Formats: sequence, C-alpha cells, structure tokens
Amino acid sequence: MTSRFPFSAIAGQDEMKRALLLTAVDPMIGGLLAFGDRGTGKSTAVRALAALLPEIKIIDGCPYHCDPASTQAQCATCRSKTKPKTRMMPIPVVDLPLGATEDRVVGALDLERALASGEKAFEPGLLAAANRGYLYVDEVNLLEDHIVDLLLDVAASGENVVEREGLSIRHPARFVLIGSGNPEEGELRPQLLDRFGLSVDVRTPTDVATWVEIARRRLAYEADPEAYAAQWAPEDAELQRKLVAARKKVESVILSDQILERAAALCLALQTDGLRGQLTLMRAARALTAFEGRKQVTLDDLKRMAGPALRHRLRRNPLDETGSQTRIDRALAELFG
Amino acid sequence: MTKPTDAAPRDASGDALLICKLLAADPKRFGGVALTCGPGPGRDAFLACYKYFTQDQTPLITVPSHVSVDRLEGGLDIAATLAHGRPIKSQGLMAAASKGALLLQSAERLSIDKAARIALAMDDNHHTPFGLIACDESREDDEAIPAILSERLAFRINPDQGIATLKAEGSLPKYITAAADAVTLPEKIEKALAETALMLGITSPRALIFAFRVTKLHAALHHRKSVNEADAAIAAQLVLAHRATQMPVEESEADDQSEDQNKESQPESSDADSDSGGAFADRVLDAVRAHLPEGLLAKLDASAFARQGHSGTGAKATKAGKTRGRPLGARRGDPRSGARLDLVETLRVAAPWQTLRRRTQPHRSGVLVHKDDFRVRRFKESRETTAIFVVDASGSSAIRRLAEAKGAVELILADCYVRRDRVAVIAFRSKSAEILLHPTRSLQRAKRSLAELPGGGGTPLTAAIETTLSLADQVKRTGGVPLAVFLTDGRANITRDGTPDKARALSESESAAKALRASGIKSLVIDLSDRPEGAAKTLATALAALYLPLPHAESHIISSHVSVAMKSAGAGR
Repeated sequence: MTSRFPFSAIAGQDEMKRALLLTAVDPMIGGLLAFGDRGTGKSTAVRALAALLPEIKIIDGCPYHCDPASTQAQCATCRSKTKPKTRMMPIPVVDLPLGATEDRVVGALDLERALASGEKAFEPGLLAAANRGYLYVDEVNLLEDHIVDLLLDVAASGENVVEREGLSIRHPARFVLIGSGNPEEGELRPQLLDRFGLSVDVRTPTDVATWVEIARRRLAYEADPEAYAAQWAPEDAELQRKLVAARKKVESVILSDQILERAAALCLALQTDGLRGQLTLMRAARALTAFEGRKQVTLDDLKRMAGPALRHRLRRNPLDETGSQTRIDRALAELFG
Repeated sequence: MTKPTDAAPRDASGDALLICKLLAADPKRFGGVALTCGPGPGRDAFLACYKYFTQDQTPLITVPSHVSVDRLEGGLDIAATLAHGRPIKSQGLMAAASKGALLLQSAERLSIDKAARIALAMDDNHHTPFGLIACDESREDDEAIPAILSERLAFRINPDQGIATLKAEGSLPKYITAAADAVTLPEKIEKALAETALMLGITSPRALIFAFRVTKLHAALHHRKSVNEADAAIAAQLVLAHRATQMPVEESEADDQSEDQNKESQPESSDADSDSGGAFADRVLDAVRAHLPEGLLAKLDASAFARQGHSGTGAKATKAGKTRGRPLGARRGDPRSGARLDLVETLRVAAPWQTLRRRTQPHRSGVLVHKDDFRVRRFKESRETTAIFVVDASGSSAIRRLAEAKGAVELILADCYVRRDRVAVIAFRSKSAEILLHPTRSLQRAKRSLAELPGGGGTPLTAAIETTLSLADQVKRTGGVPLAVFLTDGRANITRDGTPDKARALSESESAAKALRASGIKSLVIDLSDRPEGAAKTLATALAALYLPLPHAESHIISSHVSVAMKSAGAGR
C-alpha cells in the first residue's frame, strides 16, 4: 500500500484542516461540510486525516468493525461472542459516490450467495464499511433525495436498520460525515445541513506562492510517495500526538457557566434552528481548547468556532444575500463587543 | 537548448501530436484528453496517432456512454453465475484498461453516477491506473462532459483542426517517465505558470499540477535535464488555455462588468520575484493568448454563471424511475442496472419451470433461476418542474414595472426553493432574447441574474417565445417538466429578423405562441402593462396560458397561481 499524502503537507486551507482535526478530537461534533471550488484538496485532506489517526482495535471478521471495548456499540453477532479475536485496522474512509444505489448504501440481499447457494445473506453496504470511520460524500448537494434521507436517519441514530427483501438487520453505523460540494450548483436541504457539525468555505488560494507550493508538493509526493511521507513524518507524528492528547483531555475541559450562557445568547440572537447548533458550538469550542492544550474554554474560543459551527444553521431566506458569516460577526460584535 | 519553433504559437496538429505523445507516455499522469469533435477523420487520425505511440502495447478500451456501472467496475456475471451455479466474476472495463486508456464515446451523455465512479477510480492511487480519452460531441451550450471528469483531464483539443498535417513519426524514448521525474523545474517557471493560471481565472490547482507534469515530460522528450521557457509555454497552451474563465488583465479593461468574482484573483506581479520573473510570466501569457478558446470574451459577458451552472452533469438528473416514486409493479429486467430486484415475483416466475429445469441440470440443488426470470420493481416518478421565467426588459414595459415584476418573481423563487424546483431565466429586449440563466436550483443566482437585468429597447417577443421553446425542449429532453412564465405587456414591436414593425411583430409572435402551445408546454402570462386586457391578454389566449394582470394582482396572489400551475404541470407529466 502506497503512503497517503501527508496531512501536514497540505498547503493552505487552514480553516478546513483545523475543522477536520476538531471532528477527530471529538467525533460527537458530527462531521464537516466543505463548500467550495473543485480541486482544493478536500478529498485529499480527509484521506490524509484518516491516515494520521491512530489505528483502531476491531473484532476480527466483523463486517462493521465493531469495537471490542464497548458492547453497546457492537452488532448482534459481536455481542454474542464471549472472547472475540481482535486486530488493528486503519480508520476507514468510505466514498459515497453520486448515483450510488440504495442497495449499495444500506446493504442488501447478497445476490451472489442467494443465486449460487440459495442462502439468504446480508451484503453490508457503504454505511457498514464506514462504521467508526469517515463517510465522504463529494458533491453532496447533487446527491439524490432518497439517499439523503437515508443518510439523515442513520447519521442521527448511529444505527442502520435494514428491513427489505425478507432481511431484518440492524447494525451500528457511527461515522463522521464529510460532505463537499459547490453551492453554485445546488442547495442542500436544511435538514441535511443541520446534520453537519461544522461547515467551512473552501476557497481556491489566490496567491502564486501557495499555488506553486500545492503543485510542487503534489509532484514531489508522486515522484516517491514513501520518501515524501517519511519527510513529513515528524510533523504528522507531532500532530497525531496533539490529537491523541486532546482526545484524552477533551472531556475534562472546563466550560464555565458564563461561557455556556454566552453561547446560548449568541444562538438566540442568531435564531439558529434547534439546539444542535448550540451543542455543536460548545463541543467545537471545547475540542479547540483541548487541541491547543489549554484547560478552560475562553470567549475567544467561542468566537473562533461560532462561524464554522453556526454558519450553515442560520434560518435563511434563500434570497437574502447577506453572508452568514457577516451576520455572525455582527451578532458577535453586538453581544460581546 | 531552446528550439525557437517551440515557443512560437503552435499549430493544432502539433498540439495533437504532442498530446498523443504525452498521453501514450503515461496516461495516468495527465488524466486524459477531451476530444471536442464528432466521429470522423479527425478523431480517427488522433486515435491512430495515439495507438502509434503506444505501439498497441497498452489497451484502449471503448466505452459507450450507456455502459452500466457494473460493466465499468466489474462484478458478478449473472448469466454465467446462473448457468454454472457458482459465482463468476467479470472484469470491469476500468480494470481492463489498466495502464492504458478508456475511450469514452459521447462523454457529454454520460450520467453523473458513472462519471463519479470513473473520477473516483482516477483519483484512487490503489486502483490500476488508466487514462481517459473522452469524446465530447456536445453541440449546444447545455451539454458538456460532466465537470467532475473534465476537471481531471489535462487536455482539450479539437482534432478536426489541423488533421491534414497530423502525422505520427518517431517514437517515444524508453523510460521516458523516469526521465521526466528526474527533470528539475526551476522556481521561476513554477511561479510563472502559477501566475498565468491565476490570471486566466483558473480556480482548480489541479490545472497547475497538470501543467508542471507537462513541462517535465516535455523537457524529457527533448532530452533536457531542466525545464525551460519553451516547455512552460507549451504546458500553458495545452493545459491552461482551455480552462481560462477570464481574459488576462490587460485585455479585460474594456469589459468592466465581467464579474466581480474575477477581480480578487488577479495578483500583482509577485513581490519576491525580480522583474525578470514577471516579464517571463508575461511571455508565457502571450503564448497562451493565441490558444484561448474563440469567443471567450463574449461568453464571459453574460453566461459566465450559466456556464458554471450546469457543470454538474452532462446528461443531468434524468430520472430512470428505477429506485423511487410510487410502485408500479414488476417487470422483466436486469437487477444490476440500478433497479431493485423483486425477489418474490422472480421466484414466482421461476417456480413453474423447476421440474423441467431439474431434468436438464440434475446435479444442481436449490431453486433453479434463469436470467429471464428476473423481475425488477418499477416506480412511477413525479418529475421535476423547471420554471422558465421569460422577462420583458424592453422600454415599453420594463422601466416602470420591471421592479414590480422582479418582486413577484422573487416570491415565486422562494416558493420554488421550498419545492426544490429548478428555475431558468430568459430576458428579452432591444433585438434579441437571451438565456440569462440555464436551469438551476441555485436561487441566489436566479435572483442575481434578475437584479443585474438592464432595461430598455424594443420588444422582440417572437425571439423570446422561440428561445423559450428551445429551452423548454431541452428541459423535456432531460426528463423535466417545463413551465413558462412570461412577464410582459405583450406589445411586440420587433420582428423575428430584428426590424421594428409592429404589425408584423404581433402576427409573428402570435404564431410563435401557437407553436409553443402546440408543443404542450404550460405557460402563464403576467401582464405588466398599465391597462390590462390588451396585447398580453391576446398573447395569453394564443398560448392558452393562465392570464394574470399585475396591476390587480398582489404579488402573493401571483405566487400562489404559479405554484398551482407548477404543481399541475408536475402532476400532468
């Protein structure tokens, strides 16, 4: 297996990279929506992030790679095993291509076995493959509605329920949903928008130096992937160390009542839909604090995460062109000066 | 050594020859090429040339646009599996094209799901590498190779140009790719290419990566150890020129309204670099100028947004009615083409034959199912409605009432947003009608195109109706239901050929309206005139359209009428 493009070597796109890292610090933040131009390294970044994360321990032979440590999040088969064999595997990154059929996404009757041996078996789909990892949907705004509905249900419950063709199966499907797309080509339903924890606008860099750096690094990587990965290994290792440390600490980060109140005030002022925005904002601020090695969430953290956490949740008049970020900035200025 | 001929503007056959060489050397490295011509001598000559350089050592697999995802990716061969009673896999076309290329026919008709699979495989380092030769036969503006693919192709060329002189000679040096990897790329050239790309308004850094690769391989072809100016010029011509979305700064001054989006992306000549670097970038830019697509400037003017608009797919979201909608029962079919297998129905069909089949295949156990037994579910789908707004921006109606009309349209737009309908905007004034916005779901763009609409001039109603008809036909072709919403006072005064003649204009527009009505397109006329029941009423009668005089109708009434009309259009199929 050739080495992935190193995460640290991705030039520019700092906001997207940081948001990705935060979703790794606290998966409960719930995914990332990256809207922007093509060819800006979105897909590369997701893959690189997965390679950066430490491997996970799984129950050997389980198609959903269940976690041996938590019986709660296991599939029925794994739960019934007393002493399952385990092994390590890299975090899965699963692509959900446009036009994927429902069968392919949720899983379906295994045609192969049904035809050949008359057996009624379940062939796990992409949702199963993405369990405990990342589900990457490129051009998420062009995804067909019925697939979107599927994703909504599963992303909310963390469980894929299959009831079709005489099959009755439920299996865990907890994944971090990463979507990308170009808003010029179509809008996303508010329900789906809300399922994404954070959102970032990915813009093509406009300075020559960054462009040169992007192309130069890509070529260097292609010439010799292993050597290139080795060259960036120290940076990646440092990042991994920070991530792992942040994951351990994230639960113990102090969120003072004052900060909580301010987050609530901000969400009220912006009239965000539902509570999810406020929850995400607090989680993201906490993850940021942990990632930067601090112990207490400050107002500054809140301000920094307000954009990514709330931008896509503002109740929007489709014809109002005021950018969401502008509205957030305005609210921040009014509330906190 | 610089060969002076290399830096000069190259002829098309030279380009084609070079592209053949580059692709033959390493198809994966450049993604591939889009051939913008129909089948014919040009394409044949190009392919012959490509084959000459690959010496038939690597596969070139022809793929029709209606290929199934299954054939592309490989999978279970159902016929063989059933016949043998054990799973038999078939190799996918993409795997078969390993290290070679896929020849994609009518790539503009390729549906988005297949395009997405191919793009995914092209990106995947673990997948066996292949290049793509995509034949783009699109004639009209609304067709194009899915952007997800064209983005991944380094080159774009029309081989019909310069075919007479396209001659394959010489051969590729051995180990050319290794040599290319060893070529050094000076920083000055890197910067110049990046600057050029930015000045041309290219948004995807992929283009620059392709350009770098071309310079290196081109240098290696000329046995150079380092990339020089000539290599850079060629790379810019082949890779960057056809991606241009704006004219380079110096020439765009006359074209002020050519989009704010471009302004931010124009860097001043880079600070760290000495002026020699800047001058060099200019030379690269000059080399590109000759290669810019014809009429770029004209296209940028009005349709910059429209061009980007339908970059999503070529064949669009044509609904096959296989996976969603109201169930319609089962019919014979192949479950792999995206349809759902109706298991019970399949078994029911297979059941009566079991005794007979058992006789011919006594060794088999289980139910014997043949391919013919397969029944797939069918669904009836309500189709997507596209509202085409035909806005009269002429002097007679516009000026005064245009603002009101825009208000009404915005209300309708908000309604469309809720129902996820698509909208298109056609505007007509002075002598012609033009499509401001191709069908899109992006309402922000619809609104913007309306806001930017200038008013004044004559009323070329005939042209407007005819443009509407052709756009509505396009919508129908892609499986949608068009609904035309005319906002006009109906006082046509410009004839089809653009001369002012009121009487003739009126009779022409009436016959055009009848043609629109005959093609079964539902329409709605919103009368903008001060005194309703006039020309617009006549137009509505000719169109058999719903008639709504604006002076008496509140905006929200219009909106509700439109939404009723759209619903019935959608249901009427």
